[in-house]
Amino acid sequence: MESQLPAEFVVNVDHEKCRKCKRCVINCSFSAIEFKDKVTPNNRQCVACHRCATFCPENAITITENPLDYKDGYNWSPEIRKNILKQAESGGIILTGMGNPKPYPIYWDHMLLDACQVTNPSIDPLREPMELRTYLGAKPECLDFDGDVSLKTELAPQVKIDIPVVFAAMSYGAISLNAHKALAMAATRMGTLMNTGEGGLHEDIAQYSDRIIVQVASGRFGVTSKYLNSSALVEIKIGQGAKPGIGGHLPGEKVGEDISKTRMIPVGTDALSPAPHHDIYSIEDLSQLIYAIKEATDYKKPVSVKIAAVHNVAAIASGIVRAGADIVMIDGFRGGTGAAPMIIRDHVGIPIELALAAVDDRLRQEGIRNRASILVGGSIRQSADVVKAIALGADACVIGTASLIAMGCRVCQKCYTGNCAWGIATQKPELVRRLNPEVAADRLCNLLTAWGHEIQEVLGSLGINAIESLRGSRERLRGVGLNQETLDILGIKHAGIGQ
Amino acid sequence: MRIDAKGMHYRPLNKKIRDAVTAGEKEFELDNIGGQRYIGDGLNENVKITINGTPGNDLGAFMNGPRIIVNANAQDGIANTMNAGEIIVHGSVGDIIGYGMRGGKLYIKGDAGYRVGIHMKEYKKQIPVIITGGTAGDFFGEYMAGGIMILLGLNGKSPLVGDYVGTGMHGGVIYVRGKVDPYHLGKEVSCLELSEEDTRLIGSYLKEYCEYFGFDYNEVMGGKFTKLVPLSHRPYGNLYVY
Repeated sequence: MESQLPAEFVVNVDHEKCRKCKRCVINCSFSAIEFKDKVTPNNRQCVACHRCATFCPENAITITENPLDYKDGYNWSPEIRKNILKQAESGGIILTGMGNPKPYPIYWDHMLLDACQVTNPSIDPLREPMELRTYLGAKPECLDFDGDVSLKTELAPQVKIDIPVVFAAMSYGAISLNAHKALAMAATRMGTLMNTGEGGLHEDIAQYSDRIIVQVASGRFGVTSKYLNSSALVEIKIGQGAKPGIGGHLPGEKVGEDISKTRMIPVGTDALSPAPHHDIYSIEDLSQLIYAIKEATDYKKPVSVKIAAVHNVAAIASGIVRAGADIVMIDGFRGGTGAAPMIIRDHVGIPIELALAAVDDRLRQEGIRNRASILVGGSIRQSADVVKAIALGADACVIGTASLIAMGCRVCQKCYTGNCAWGIATQKPELVRRLNPEVAADRLCNLLTAWGHEIQEVLGSLGINAIESLRGSRERLRGVGLNQETLDILGIKHAGIGQ
Repeated sequence: MRIDAKGMHYRPLNKKIRDAVTAGEKEFELDNIGGQRYIGDGLNENVKITINGTPGNDLGAFMNGPRIIVNANAQDGIANTMNAGEIIVHGSVGDIIGYGMRGGKLYIKGDAGYRVGIHMKEYKKQIPVIITGGTAGDFFGEYMAGGIMILLGLNGKSPLVGDYVGTGMHGGVIYVRGKVDPYHLGKEVSCLELSEEDTRLIGSYLKEYCEYFGFDYNEVMGGKFTKLVPLSHRPYGNLYVY
């Protein structure tokens, strides 16, 4: 069927500046630029990934939104109308990538941090030690000592991270091997962790396994006893913020020789992860898998359970902790994805800020908060979000989209096409080559270094010298422009209220 | 090594087995087993474990090599995500057998419960095989992505298999000794007659199977088999629009 969909973007080429070097043509992986005597855009194909504009030596290219106006209609927005056209032409579920872009409230931006003045001095992080180190894993209720100094209590396995920011689960398949290498190298250098997602562990990054979270999801791709033991910790993935309650499909065309080997499935077959784990229909079943993994790893690895933030998240998290998990990872509704149905991404789940507050409250009320660390993700965009999350009760944060942007991602939301011009969300060798893992790792390290310094600055201004002293200290947060119910859920006071 | 597991929790039991395997022990006989979970979980060596009694859930989970013989019934989750090895059960088994199993053999003398072989998969020479001597419940081979399942129905019970056989199936093959009514089948499955190659293939596994359990090979092979294969390796390829 001939498409009636108008182009989303317009590529403007300044032909006076253009030297016809064709670099833009070579760089465009969406076939949006051709060369016919001169550089000729094919606007319908443009996704605004900025690759051509970035690499044009003459700065001759600009990309603008197609100025095509739609007859005004607040209710029938152009996006809704375009989606209907697309579905009328195809009959398909609209697929999309990255996180929920809809204008739902962002609670991080309605919370403000405290600072010391006069009576309680702040600390200068440039001159005084400032600790960002934290430990992930179950903590004992109390410590027993033998005689004077030797510890009698048997401690659960702990993973030390030097900065409370961990790279999110993104599978080899959803992203390229070069992206995986960059994340693994950066995690090792910065003393933090990367996460394989459900795509198995490629042999090229196995050398970084001390800094890798290996995931066990419903498809069990690449999961062996060796895989479970080649890790810092093991994560059972129940859900993902971008697509709570649904599974994942890696299309067969992305399953080449290398991916086939890592996932341990034949070349060209769809890698289908069913919506639920079919051996987990209850908390008791979850506990069974947690302990199956602990047995397979001789109780040496913490086991994390990742869930999407949904309405009943607090009760679910309580069940997860009681089931024996050492870490609960909660992914908010703004979390990114390589591919998800738009209807799920944009309309299912709850914000991570509220989910985190509810879970931390619940675990404290039940007296089991010490039994698991809480990791949160789902659109942690900046170091301020990290600080606020920790003050709300998290042990550490997880970043996916932010790490991709650091590597070069332009958030064009076309990850599912496999055409990523920046070599990140693609398996095409000619595109993967564009991402230099060393350079990308440097960029990731720079980002974390910068965030680390920023977090230290804030800690100093709060008058504390260790990130662990901030955890759950909601008294240091104030809300602005929030109603009472939201403030109650977040467990914070409105700005203007003192102690 | 012989272990009397009476009243023993699974954790010390499995630790004892793991430690002995590390120390070089090759053969285990476990007596008075009564529901202990995770026996053989994550073991990578080619040891032999004989179980006298009924083992608990997740027998042989993540297992990669051992040979386990169960001289009784067994419970749920056997061979969960198993990579290699052999499990022989001289009795019936519970639900979710062979979930995500990627290699090795699971031979069951009696019946199997629901959700057998869900998301079983294969990779190159690693082809998992599950043979069930009796009948099986619903969702047999759901989401199956590879491997071989053979269902024999030797005890003459009916129906041979429950509903939704091979729903979402996109790889592998199921052989059923007898007829499966179409209403039991998932939408993604087609029914075929056996070729000579199929007969040879199941013959090689069934010969071994019959020897283990003392069934008459010729009688087993004499039955009429149905072959179930997925209609497509990409059942949901056309569901989405970009």
